This record gives sequence, C-alpha cells and structure tokens, in this order.
Amino acid sequence: MNEQRRVMVCRGTGCESSRSPVLQQALEREMAAQGLNLPVRRTGCHGLCELGPIVTVEPDGLMFIRVQPDDATELVSELAANRSPERLLYHDPKTGEPRPHYRDIEFYRRQMRIVLRQNGHIDPENIDEYIAVGGYLALQKALHWMSPEEVLEEVKRSGLRGRGGAGFPTGRKWEATRNAPGQPKFLLANGDEGDPGAFMNRSLLEGNPHLFLEGMIISAYAIGASRGYIYVRAEYPLAVRRLEIALAQAQERGYLGENILGSGFSFGLRIKKGAGAFVCGESTALMSSIEGRRGMPRSRPPQSAERGLWGKPTVLNNVETLANVALIIERGAEWFASIGTEKSKGTKTFALTGKVKNTGLVEVPMGITLGELIFDIGGGIIGDKKFKAAQTGGPSGGCVFTPHLDLPLDYESLTAVGSMMGSGGLVVMDETTCMVDVARFFTTFNENESCGKCSTCRLGTRRLREILERICAGQGRMSDLEALTTIGNLMKEATLCGLGQTVPNPVLSTIRYFREEYEAHILERRCPAGVCKALIRYRINPDLCTGCTACARACPTGAAHGERKQPHSINPETCIKCGACMDACRFGAVTVE
Amino acid sequence: MNRSSPVAEGQDFTALHEILCRHEHEEGALIPVLQDTQAAYGYLSRAAIQRIAEALHLSPAQVYAVASFYAQFRFEPQGKHLIHLCVGTACHVRGSPQIRTVLESELGIPAGKTTPDGLFTLETVACLGACGLAPTMVVDGETHGTMTIAKVRRLLKKMRETESATAEAAGGEA
Repeated sequence: MNEQRRVMVCRGTGCESSRSPVLQQALEREMAAQGLNLPVRRTGCHGLCELGPIVTVEPDGLMFIRVQPDDATELVSELAANRSPERLLYHDPKTGEPRPHYRDIEFYRRQMRIVLRQNGHIDPENIDEYIAVGGYLALQKALHWMSPEEVLEEVKRSGLRGRGGAGFPTGRKWEATRNAPGQPKFLLANGDEGDPGAFMNRSLLEGNPHLFLEGMIISAYAIGASRGYIYVRAEYPLAVRRLEIALAQAQERGYLGENILGSGFSFGLRIKKGAGAFVCGESTALMSSIEGRRGMPRSRPPQSAERGLWGKPTVLNNVETLANVALIIERGAEWFASIGTEKSKGTKTFALTGKVKNTGLVEVPMGITLGELIFDIGGGIIGDKKFKAAQTGGPSGGCVFTPHLDLPLDYESLTAVGSMMGSGGLVVMDETTCMVDVARFFTTFNENESCGKCSTCRLGTRRLREILERICAGQGRMSDLEALTTIGNLMKEATLCGLGQTVPNPVLSTIRYFREEYEAHILERRCPAGVCKALIRYRINPDLCTGCTACARACPTGAAHGERKQPHSINPETCIKCGACMDACRFGAVTVE
Repeated sequence: MNRSSPVAEGQDFTALHEILCRHEHEEGALIPVLQDTQAAYGYLSRAAIQRIAEALHLSPAQVYAVASFYAQFRFEPQGKHLIHLCVGTACHVRGSPQIRTVLESELGIPAGKTTPDGLFTLETVACLGACGLAPTMVVDGETHGTMTIAKVRRLLKKMRETESATAEAAGGEA
C-alpha cells in the first residue's frame, strides 16, 4: 500500500516561537488555493530547534528549515511539481552541499533514535496516530500476556537505569516498592526538568506524550501502584497541555482508569504542575511539593519505597526512564541490553546547547564519546572557535575539557572525572566563555535554589558565591582557591540532599581543570576570555573605525559616540559593557581588553 | 504585601470562589489553588491568601510559607506586560547577561521589579527549555528566540509605541 503523502509542520516550543502555527495555516491555505490536497499535519520536536520552523514531507523524508509563512506559496508549488526549493533545504556545514533528506543529515545519521523515534513524525495530540505506529501494543502485551512479576523481571534484565541522573537500576527500585507493605502504592513521574540547559523531557512530552504515558501505565502495573502523579514544570505550558490531552484520550480509550482493557488492573493518574523550585527534582522534596507543602528534602531512611508520598510506598522515575519501559516490553530485554555499554544500557537523550553549531535534542547509544557528540553530531563549535569545555549534569554536574573528548558518555565515566550524567543537559563552551564566571553562575543559581534547611548548603553556597564574585571583580587572593576547595569538600560531606552535595561540583571541577584561568583573575587581574565586566574595557581602534555611527546607534547609554566619518570612542564612565557596539561594528574596530 | 482590606483592593473574589470549589476534594490542593489564583488575578493579594487559608483550614502564615517558597508566586500586582528573560546556562553562555544589562538600563528597573508607570515587569527565569534558541525571553506568554541587543531594543520600542498610540486613542475618545 502506498503511504499517503503528507506535510508535517513542527509544533514544538522552539518552532512555535518561530511562528510555526502561522506557517501551518499558510500552508493549509496554499494547498487549497493551488489545489494540491496534501494533508498538513502537526508534529512534535525534531530536535533542531535553532533551524525552525521545520517542515517535513512524508513518506519522502524531505526536510525544510527556517520556513516562513511567506515561503508557503513557493513550497507548495514546488512540491506539486515534485521539486524542492533549494534555499529551504539544510546545507551541510562542512561541504556546503544541500541535504534534502533528513536521514542524510549528519546530525541525525549519527544518532540512534529509539525514545525519540516518533518525535516529529506523528501528531502528539492525536492518539490514533500513536496507535497506528504500534502504540499501546506493549501495554496490551503486558496486561494480557505477562504477570506484574514478569514485567518487573524483564525490566531488571534489560539493565535500565534511571535517566534523571543518578542512574539507579529501575527494576530494583520497583521491586523494593512492590514488596513494601502498605496500600495504595504510588508511581510518580519526574518531569521537573529544573536544571538550566536541559529540555529532553519537554521535547518528549510535547512530541510524543503517549509513549511516556504507555510506559508509565506498564510500570504502575509492574509495581502494583494504583495511583500516580506526573510532576511537570509550570514553565512548560505546551507540555502540560499535550499531557492533559493525552491523558483524556487514554482514559477515553480505556488505557487508563478503572479496569484497564478489562484486565482488572486500575490506575488513576493526575498532573501536578511544579511552581518553580529546582530542589523539587529531589525525590523527597518533590513528594513534599505534591502534598502541598514547601518542597524541602527530608533525611532518609525511611526510603520512599517504604514511606513516600503521604507515607505510602512510592516509586519516582524520570519521564525518560518511563518512556523506555514501553519499548523494553515491546521489543524485549535482550534487544535493549544489546545497546550501550556493559553497565549503561540503552540510549540517552542529550540537550546539546551553547556554542555548538547544531544545537538541539539528540539521542545516542550510551558510551558514545564526548567528541563524537560535539563534533560529529553537533557539527563543531560556532565560528570554528576553539573548544574549551563542556558542562554536563546541570548545576550539580561539572565541567569536562579537551582531554575528555574521548571519554565515553556513561554513568561511571562521567562521575570518575568529577561530573555526572545528570538528566542530559550538555552545554558546550568555547574560548570566549570564562570558567570562573561559569562557576559563579552555577553557584549563584544554587544559592537561590538552596531550600535553606542545611546550614552547610545555605551558608556554603553563599560563601562560595561571595568568593567567586570577588575573584571575578579582580579582588581575589590566592588563598581563595584553598577556601573554595575546603568549603566545597565540606558541603559534599555534610549536606543532606543531592542538591547540596553536588553544588560544589562546578566550582571544584573548574578549579581542577582551569586553575590557570583562576590565577589570571587573581594574580594578573585579567579575564582571559574577556567576560568579567570589572576586568574588561571596550575600546575602538581609530585606525579601523570608519565613523559609520553603527556603534553609537546601537549603544543604549550613549557611551559610544563620535562625529560621522570620524573615528568614534567609548566613554568608560557611562559604558555598561553590554557589548552592543561590538556586535554592531562591521569593521572589527571594537575590541575588548 | 500591602495591608489594605479586600474591599479597598477592589478585588472581585468570584473567580477565587470558583477555584476553591474546583479543588475542594483534592489532596494537596494548596499549590494548584495558588497557581489558579495567580493566573486569575495576576498575583496573590493578602486578602486572597486569607480567603484561601480559611477555605483550606490553614493559617495565613502556613499559606504564605508555601507560596513564598516557590519562585512562581508574586505578592504584588504585575505590570501590564510581563517580560521573562531566561538566564539559564545555554542562554548565559550565549549572551543573556548582556541582554539583561540592556533591559534593566532601558526600563530603568532591576530584574524582579515593575516600571513606575506600571507598564513592564521584568523577571528572570532559570530555564525555559528552549535552549536551542538561546538567548530567549518570553513576553506576555510569547517566546522570542535568538535575541540580540538590537532585537530587544526594537521590541521595547514597538511595545512602547503601541502603548502610547492606545493611550492617545483613549484620550481622544474621552
């Protein structure tokens, strides 16, 4: 049977902010006007958000990037003639050649998309499209052909580990809760993707909510949980809306609620929106927040498996972990265990961001090297600048640097070099990123997000931040490095929860790998990357300045000034060091020193 | 929080009443109630907190303790336009600190405040999850990606022009 040709418009958060809803309407109008009756559908995120809005044509596998509503007329008429407008195609950054099919784009070719395989190919708001590609078959298999114990055993054998960062074996977590006395049991999904630079859960929930939902229902069956909550960030309004739609559809079809598919198993599920607290990604804090209290962690034991939400046995799994469960049941534990490394099985999604050419969402087998991820899939550094560091694991992780480019990305390897897998945020930094400023940035974030319960964290983050600010301001002392290390190590030892224990990671790892940059700030009062405001000054080179007035027009404070056709200058008294003049200058006359 | 009475604040609590009814039998209802209340009124007034406390059999202090823990909640009315600048990692390394400097300088307020004319509230957010489009900001619910200093200044200028045109039109009618 020939598959019907159709045009798909990405409606993820990224593409929607690049006006993809207007584009979809324009395409629909043009289809009608030109009499080409191809359906125009909505899809979730393709992962290349920077190149949005993205339009694909199936089953051809064509992909068009940065498509504007004004391009609709041309695109439709070209498609009618079985041609592709070349200016809307992706061009390989290395060879400059057009790549009409997404499968030929290096960014996708090197990935292994399992969890994300239907992202960008089906309408996330239509359960029938998910069912048409085999959705909810795994649930039927589990409920009709497997006992809960068999499902649990299958997941244990697959080697699946938590995708939220810590990497605890999922099957063992479930078993502890299943065997714990007390009813009802709860299954919670952690979609509180609070670490800046991470959007894996958002893209999955927006792009294919039913895959996650199916996995969650199967997991609840294995655990014996009758009730569940999905905890999602309120900052993700689109993900929340698509989840609400998915929940209602699943309920209507009998995949959720009382007596699911006539199996006798019942599972009631609700969505809880987070209210903007990073610490709520920690399990006990998250439960406290669902209960309607301040999201503060508590000491363990008792473990959540015995006494979690409202004192009942509770499992908390990351959204990505649960999405994997449906695939494991569908294709079997052996298939899953054949992917990845000895101890880290399956794939991992990463949010590749920062100073990398192809920013976006990627999925790769565990054990791929950092270098492959950044240079082969990511396409290298923007402007072909020099790679300096990559930050994994968000504010709790650390920075890794050039010698780590051969490092396999798995749980153990990243921990061994002072970072962590985390949920999958990977921020790439180049020579214009100041590592002291990065450490200050994360510490400020952590200070704001510390719940205040432990003095080591509450005061420790504050002292770390004060010292780092002093160094950035050019008032550091060499003894500060020792103080940072001492405080950091103390916090690791003496703080209660995962947030406090990992807060020092960005500081300690940057001192470990970029000590000379700290020393330049302290001993020479110099910021080598040209970032720290107190240590830099913008100047205009009179030999290169043509007096075009671009900088003066861009300057928000009038500090950049001069007569037309005469060399301009910058008044250091009023300069706020925003860099607008440097961006505006087309002659490279503005320098930072 | 200001100390004025519900009447002086001029708030109509019909919407709040509906919100409380909707969550009546829900476990852990406090945070959803606070979220819905803020969505309806733009902020949590002292009077609203008192009503919520009564309905949920809590003290106002307990409600405030929860509300003040979470970054989402505001206790003062917001400006007509709400600007959320993302200061997450990806945005940070791609220039959001510079954009913040310009926003604060153009609006004449630090992040977290509202302009004296009540037009703009500037807030920062840790991550919007649109890192592929860094640096990003959300203005009145609409995401703007790959911001530059020039784009920010154009956007503010346009919003101010629209505002003064509306004000003139209103003045003309009166």
